[in-house]
Amino acid sequence: MDKTIVINWKQLEEIIEKYSNNPEALLMIMQDISDIYNHLPPAVIPLLCERLGVQESLVYSVATFYKTISLEPRGKYIINVCTGTACHVRGADKISDALKEKLDIEEGQTTNDGLFTMEEVRCIGCCASGPVITINKETYGGLDRSSALEVIDEYKQHAS
Amino acid sequence: MLRFDNREALQEYRNSLQTVKPGQEKKLVSICSGPGCSVNNAAIHKKLLSELRRYDLENTIDVRLTGCHGFCEMGPLMVIHPEKTFYPKLKEEHIPDIVEQTLVNDQVVDKLLYKDTASKKRICCEDDVPFYKLQKRIISGNNNLLDPTNFDHYFCLGGYQAFEKALFEMTPEQVIDQVKQAGLRGRGGGGFPAAIKWATCRKHHGNRYVICNADEGDPGAFMDRSLLEGNPNSVIEGMLIGAYAIGAKEGFVYVRYEYPLAVTNLTKALDTARQMGLLGTNILGSGFDFDIQISRGGGAFVCGESTALMASLEGKPGRPRAKYIHTVERGFRDSPSLLNNVETWANVPVIIDKGANWYAAIGTEHSKGTKIFSLVGKVVNTGLVEVPMGTSLRRIIYDIGGGIPKNRKFKAVQTGGPSGGCIPEKYLDLPVDFDELTKVGSMMGSGGMIVMDEDTCMVDVARYFVDFLVEESCGQCNPCREGLKQMLSILTRICDGQGQDGDIELLEELGTTMQNFSLCGLGTSAANPVLTTLLYFREEYEAHIRDKKCLAGVCKPLFYYTIDKENCTGCMVCARKCPQNAISGEKKEVHVLDQEKCIKCGICYDQCKFNAIRIN
Repeated sequence: MDKTIVINWKQLEEIIEKYSNNPEALLMIMQDISDIYNHLPPAVIPLLCERLGVQESLVYSVATFYKTISLEPRGKYIINVCTGTACHVRGADKISDALKEKLDIEEGQTTNDGLFTMEEVRCIGCCASGPVITINKETYGGLDRSSALEVIDEYKQHAS
Repeated sequence: MLRFDNREALQEYRNSLQTVKPGQEKKLVSICSGPGCSVNNAAIHKKLLSELRRYDLENTIDVRLTGCHGFCEMGPLMVIHPEKTFYPKLKEEHIPDIVEQTLVNDQVVDKLLYKDTASKKRICCEDDVPFYKLQKRIISGNNNLLDPTNFDHYFCLGGYQAFEKALFEMTPEQVIDQVKQAGLRGRGGGGFPAAIKWATCRKHHGNRYVICNADEGDPGAFMDRSLLEGNPNSVIEGMLIGAYAIGAKEGFVYVRYEYPLAVTNLTKALDTARQMGLLGTNILGSGFDFDIQISRGGGAFVCGESTALMASLEGKPGRPRAKYIHTVERGFRDSPSLLNNVETWANVPVIIDKGANWYAAIGTEHSKGTKIFSLVGKVVNTGLVEVPMGTSLRRIIYDIGGGIPKNRKFKAVQTGGPSGGCIPEKYLDLPVDFDELTKVGSMMGSGGMIVMDEDTCMVDVARYFVDFLVEESCGQCNPCREGLKQMLSILTRICDGQGQDGDIELLEELGTTMQNFSLCGLGTSAANPVLTTLLYFREEYEAHIRDKKCLAGVCKPLFYYTIDKENCTGCMVCARKCPQNAISGEKKEVHVLDQEKCIKCGICYDQCKFNAIRIN
């Protein structure tokens, strides 16, 4: 997955301006950038520091503290397996194991074709429909091993 | 766009919405779009609109996509007002019948009504469904009636009436006094009396801030999400009243990144409120200025802690600090800051509107009002449940929740998230309020209630929470950072069948140290799940360590499945479903399980209808 990312600097400036160059909005600015590139490209960090007037160390500290920010490229589809308590007691780990086996990756890794990243997250607030996974912004509930794998197959077909 | 420059203009507009001549009320179809129902409801909504057009009814019937109705287990849900005809588990193909029979001919579609599990009878009205009947929905009830982004709906239900009353008829001191008389306690965790916070914050000088904690991080709790998504105006109105009471000009809502719809609905509501003159400068001509901004969190559990949340609002990593100086004195931007969570803010307009005495009549001596619980896990009726404080666990889990599915046995209920504890069967008659839960070693937390049955291993549950907290600990103080790591390694060892004599005592010692010496609330309560399970389920730990047995069938090295010869009917379901082909046998003959091939995935156990798969 060694793809060079082309950064749209104009768009970046627009995002920073939307938050009025406010250093308190650092995390939200990084999230907006991540929404575009599926991660925070480290190449944008010097610009963030300059525009917001913050130290590079603060940017790295915030980027590594919060789970929603990744400095590594992630897949086209980000699978979040909810491991909140309600999903846990209804067998979230079985779903997680099935997906890892199917995609041949460990938690937090991206498939070789760059299609899927699988992450375990804590509670996405759909507790009544557990076990739940989300893929990008879509939610799938009431899953078992086989229905979870069917969902992945659908995405695979869609991508090919 | 409407804009209200004074109180009279707002009142006049509200009155004009509320006056509907008798007999002219439109029928209202309310479709739940809460997180549980939203998966299928788009198709249902579309179908409903097209059917209404067929009968030329699109202007006569009011269709609303609303926030969460609470009964997630039965979703997608539809309620038709004013009769409150209740249609659960809705499918697209049901819509033509409902439109023709209920909306055109005023009759119910019997086969689509809710069927009571106990009496097997069909129930027509939402209020008569046992799940709803025993609730008291003073905070969450309006969710059913309004489109979250429509201000008229909120006005119609008396929206911003409480704020208006506070602003024009009460002094800030009187507002705080009402909150005190009502006995409102914070719904986010510890249950701290709200009025003390408010009054202390008002005493300190500087730019004061009001903040709403919408970083609902407790796994298994989603009531704040449903309020923010379903009725954002109630939270805004509460914050407006709070800001007036303490004299704040700026407010913030710190909301989880995982709740995008809450952000969308709240943003829309804030924009509209600003345009209408309910936020901004000189609100309703009173001279009071106030505005609210949204800040999105980044998926860090510790940011629910007040000082960590405020650090995060400032654009820094969310690390808590010791609270020698409280945040009401010096919090966000080093200024006096008033932090309450979503549900607490949503209670404020109700208190001001109906009066402190009305509110204080609900609940127990020291816990007033209602509490919304998210009833999830191994329970028949999962969903959001709002009951008066002091309602017993048994009533919530059995009478409202319908008990445990598949006739399995109740083992424990976990409340309070990772800071809470597991409450065993002997306390099922405990009245649930802030103090009673603390007495048995758990806590209210934000109101997650996760039911566990005999198939839940309590050692595994303790390990689950510790594993959660290891990742979420900010790492600043030793007892929390190192204590949790050591706890996790001991618990993992026990679950893997490598438990040793002395492990239990070591866990207790670690837990006590963490309780006494951690920096913030996360650390001091982090050992609760371990300590309460040790207190109430010690024999399970002993069985794991001494006998190397996990009788719940969760810890894989400590059990194996067998097939019960008496119960097996030879239906072949397990043999067909087994991914390892480890089960063999002919039709109507007792099956055999090959232990060499079995990976203990549990599919056969879940599938067998005859209780023939046994855990050994």
